Amino acid sequence: MVESRRWGSLFSHLILILGVAIVVFPIYVAIIASTHPPGTFLRGVMPLLPGPNAIENYRTALTEGRSQAGAPPISLMLTNSLIMALAITIGKLSISILSAFAIVYFRFPFRIFFFWIIFLTLMLPVEVRIVPTFQVVADLGMLNSFAGLSIPLIASATATFLFRQFFMTIPEEMMEAARVDGAGPMKFFKDILLPLSVTNIAALFVIMFIYGWNQYLWPLLITTDPDYYTIVMGIQRMVTGGDSEPLWHLVMATVVLAALPPVLVILFMQRLFVKGLTETEK
Amino acid sequence: MQTKRSTFQNSWLPYALLAPQVIITLIFFIWPASQALYQSVLRQDAFGLRTTFVGFENFKRLFADPLYLSSMQVTLVFAVGTTLLSMGLALLFAVKVNDMLRSRNAYSTMLVWPYAVAPAIAGVLWWFIFNPSIGILPYILDMVGYDWNHRSSSTDAMILVIVAAAWKQISYNFIFFLAGLQSVPHSLIEAAAIDGASRTKRFWTIVFPLLSPITFFLMVVNIVYAMFDTFGIIHATTEGGPAQATNILVYKVYRDGFVGLNLGSSAAQSVILMGIVIVLTVIQFRYIERRVNY
Amino acid sequence: MAGIKIENLCKIYPGGVQAVTDINLDIADGEFIVLVGPSGCGKSTLLRMVAGLETITSGTLKIGDKVVNDLEPADRDIAMVFQNYALYPHMTVYNNLAYGLKNRGFAKADIDTRVRQAAKMLEIEQFLDRKPRALSGGQRQRVAMGRALVREPAAFLLDEPLSNLDAKLRVQMRVEIKHLQRRLATTSLYVTHDQLEAMTLGDRLVVLNGGRIEQVGSPMDVYRRPETLFVASFIGSPAMNMASIDLLRDRGQVEALDRFGKGTGLLGMRPDDMHLMRPDAPHISLSGRLELFEPAGAESHLYLSVEGAAEPYVMRVNGQPGLQEGQSIDFYVPTGSLHPFDPTTGKRTD
Repeated sequence: MVESRRWGSLFSHLILILGVAIVVFPIYVAIIASTHPPGTFLRGVMPLLPGPNAIENYRTALTEGRSQAGAPPISLMLTNSLIMALAITIGKLSISILSAFAIVYFRFPFRIFFFWIIFLTLMLPVEVRIVPTFQVVADLGMLNSFAGLSIPLIASATATFLFRQFFMTIPEEMMEAARVDGAGPMKFFKDILLPLSVTNIAALFVIMFIYGWNQYLWPLLITTDPDYYTIVMGIQRMVTGGDSEPLWHLVMATVVLAALPPVLVILFMQRLFVKGLTETEK
Repeated sequence: MQTKRSTFQNSWLPYALLAPQVIITLIFFIWPASQALYQSVLRQDAFGLRTTFVGFENFKRLFADPLYLSSMQVTLVFAVGTTLLSMGLALLFAVKVNDMLRSRNAYSTMLVWPYAVAPAIAGVLWWFIFNPSIGILPYILDMVGYDWNHRSSSTDAMILVIVAAAWKQISYNFIFFLAGLQSVPHSLIEAAAIDGASRTKRFWTIVFPLLSPITFFLMVVNIVYAMFDTFGIIHATTEGGPAQATNILVYKVYRDGFVGLNLGSSAAQSVILMGIVIVLTVIQFRYIERRVNY
Repeated sequence: MAGIKIENLCKIYPGGVQAVTDINLDIADGEFIVLVGPSGCGKSTLLRMVAGLETITSGTLKIGDKVVNDLEPADRDIAMVFQNYALYPHMTVYNNLAYGLKNRGFAKADIDTRVRQAAKMLEIEQFLDRKPRALSGGQRQRVAMGRALVREPAAFLLDEPLSNLDAKLRVQMRVEIKHLQRRLATTSLYVTHDQLEAMTLGDRLVVLNGGRIEQVGSPMDVYRRPETLFVASFIGSPAMNMASIDLLRDRGQVEALDRFGKGTGLLGMRPDDMHLMRPDAPHISLSGRLELFEPAGAESHLYLSVEGAAEPYVMRVNGQPGLQEGQSIDFYVPTGSLHPFDPTTGKRTD
C-alpha cells in the first residue's frame, strides 16, 4: 500500500527498542549483578556494567550454595529441577495422548463421563486445593520424593484437549485405510497417529518443560528435605531468609542459572513454542 | 460430543488407555477438592481433637472478616492492574512489530523469552531493581523527589508486584495479539484505506474490533494468571506485606492453611477460589466457542 | 476372487435415519459394478457396509460364500480406494503400499515382489522412495490404487476415486481403471455420482436414490430403457426431456398416443432422439422457440421453449447449424423413441 510514513517507522522502531529494553532490563541487571564481588552491594547503587567476578561467583554458587540460609548447592537444585521438569513433561505428554486417543477413537460406555472428569482438572489448579492435596500426598508417603513432585501435577487437561482437537482434524479415511490394511488400534496409534503428532508433541514439550521447571508452590510445600529442593523455590530462601541483606551477587548468579534452561528452550524452539501456545488455547 | 465417524471396537482397551489420567485425576484432583469442600464446613478446636460440623459458618465468618474482604480488594486491584498494564503494553508492541517486515523475527524473539521466567524469579528480579538501598529505580526516583520503599509503603509494594507480574505476562499476550493481528485479512485494511480512513482510524475502527475475541480471551486468561499463578511473586518478595497490602487471596489460603494451620478457614477460602475459577473457566470456554464464528 | 451377494441389506442410523433400504444385489465374480446416484442416495453407505466400515442393521452380506456381516474390514479380504486417497503422509510410497501386507505377516521378499509389481502396473516405480506430499494428485491416486492392488483381494471397493482429479486426468484414469480391472478380473464395486463415469466403466449399473435401488442393468439397458422417472432423468446428459401427455394431445398428435398403456402421463424424449428433419417412421411433431444456442464443439445444444411446457426442452444436434436465437424451430420425435411413465408411480408403463 502506498503511504507516506516518514516519522512513523522511526517512531515504531523507537517504541520497540524501548519495549525490548524494558523487557530485557531485569535479566540484564541480574547478569551484571552476578559478575560483581559481594562488597559492591553494601554501598551505593547496583552496577550497570559487568564486573570481574563472574567465574568465581558462579563457581561458588554451584558448589557451596548458601549454607546459612539452608540452601543446598545450586548444582543439586538444578539437577532436581531438571528431573522434576522432565518427569512432569514426559508424564503429562504420555497420559494425555493416550487419553485423547481413547476419547476420540473409541466409543464406550461412560465416555462422556470420563471426558468431564478430565475437563474438571482445568478448574482445579493446585493453588485452589493446596491443603487437601498436600494431605493426600503426605498420606501416600510421597513427600520429599520425585514422585510427589511430579505425579500430582501431570493430570491436567490442556494437553489432552490439544491432542483431542488435533486428532479430530485427521481425516477419517486415514484410520479406515489402516483398518482395511489390518491395523488394530494400538498399531494404528504407533504407526500412524504418533508420527503425525510429532510437531504437536514437540510444541507441547516446550510449554510443559517450562511449566514443570518453573513450579514454585508445590515443591515449596512438599519438600522439607533440602536435598529435594528445586532451584526456583530455592531462590526464595536466599532472598527472604536470614536477617542480613541477601548476598545479591550469589542470588543473581542463581537467578541466572535458574532462568537459563527454560529461556534456552524457548529461544531454540521459538516457532514450535508459539504454535503450541496458540493451539493449546483454542 | 463427537467422535470420529469410524471407531475401533474394543471392550477394555479405551478404559486401559484412560486409566492413568483418570486415576491420577481422582486421587490428586477430585478427592482433594472434595476434601476441601468437606473441610470447609468443619471447624477444628484449638488442639485438633474435635471437629464439628458448622455448615456455612466458616464462609460467613470469612465474609465478615475485614482481613478477608481487604484481601479480596487487594486481589482485585492486583488482577486488574496486572491485566491492564500487561495487555496494554503487549498490544502496543504487537501492533508495532506487525508493521515491521524485516526486523519482525528479531523483535519477536526478544519480546517472547520472558515467558520462560518463573513468576517467583520475576518477582526477585524486580525486587532487586526496586530495592530501596541499592536498586536502580529508587535511585532514579530519588532524583525526582520520590522516596521509594516497598517495605513500608503499601502502594509501592502493590506497584512492585504488579510490575513484576505484568512484565512476565507481556510475552504471552504479545504472542496472541501478534497472531491475531496477522489473521486480520489484508483486504479489509485496504478497503478501509480506500474508504479514506487514516492509520489510527483504521486501527481503532477495523483492526481492534476484529481483535476483540482475542482481547476478551486474554483478559480472562490474564485474570486467572494474576489470581493464581502469581503466588511465587508474592511469596518471594513482599510475603503479603506490608500489613496485608499485597495479601492476595491465593497467598492468604497458603498462610492461613500452612502457616496458621486454620484448616476450616483455609478450606473455605479454597472453595471460594474454586468457585471463581469455575466461573472464569466457563466464561472462557463459552467464549472460545463463539470466537470461532466471528 | 469371489462374487458378492447382498440380501435385503438395510442400514438405519441411531436417530431413525434410514440410509439404505432393502438392497438385493448379486454380483458375479470378476464383475465391475458401479453404484451411481445423487449425493445422499446411500451409495457410499452401501459400499462402506460391504467394507465393514459401517455396521449392517439387517440383511445378509456374503463375500465368496462366507457371511461377513460381523467381520472386521481387515478380515473380509477386501481392499479399498478412498476418495481422498488416505495415504499415510509420513511413510514413503513403498511403505504405504507395504503396510497392509506387513500387518498380515507377509514375508519381506513377498512384500517386495508384490509392491514392485503393482508399482510397475501403475507406472509409479520411480516414486517408491518419495513421500505422498511430493506427488501430484494423479500420482497419489495411483498409489492409493496400488495399495489395493498389492493385497490381491477378493474384491476392490472404490469410493469416488476420481472426484478429486481435474477433468482431463479423470478421463485418462477412467480408461486405466477399466483396463486394470479387465486384466486382473477382480470383482469391483465402484461408487460415483457422475453418470458418465458410471456408463463408461460398469459392466452393470446400480442406480440408487433415497437409499433404494431404482434399477440394475447394463449401461446401455439402463440408458435405452430407464425403468423409473428418476433413472430416466439421471442417466444421460443432457438429461431426458419430459413432456406431459396433454401437451401432445393439445397438438392433435392423438394416434401416436394410442400405443401407450394406461396411466401414462409423461413421455420422455432424449435430446438425441429429437430431429430437425422429418423421419420416415411414425413420429410426433412439435415446435418451439429457440431460447439459447449452446455450441459444444462437435455438437450443439438447443434450448427450446415449447408452449404448454414448464421447462425448456434441450435438443442435441450435430455440428453448428446456423440457427438464430428467437427463431421458431420445428422438431420431430419418433414414437418408438418415446419413454412413457406414470407420474404417480414414477414407473415406466410399457
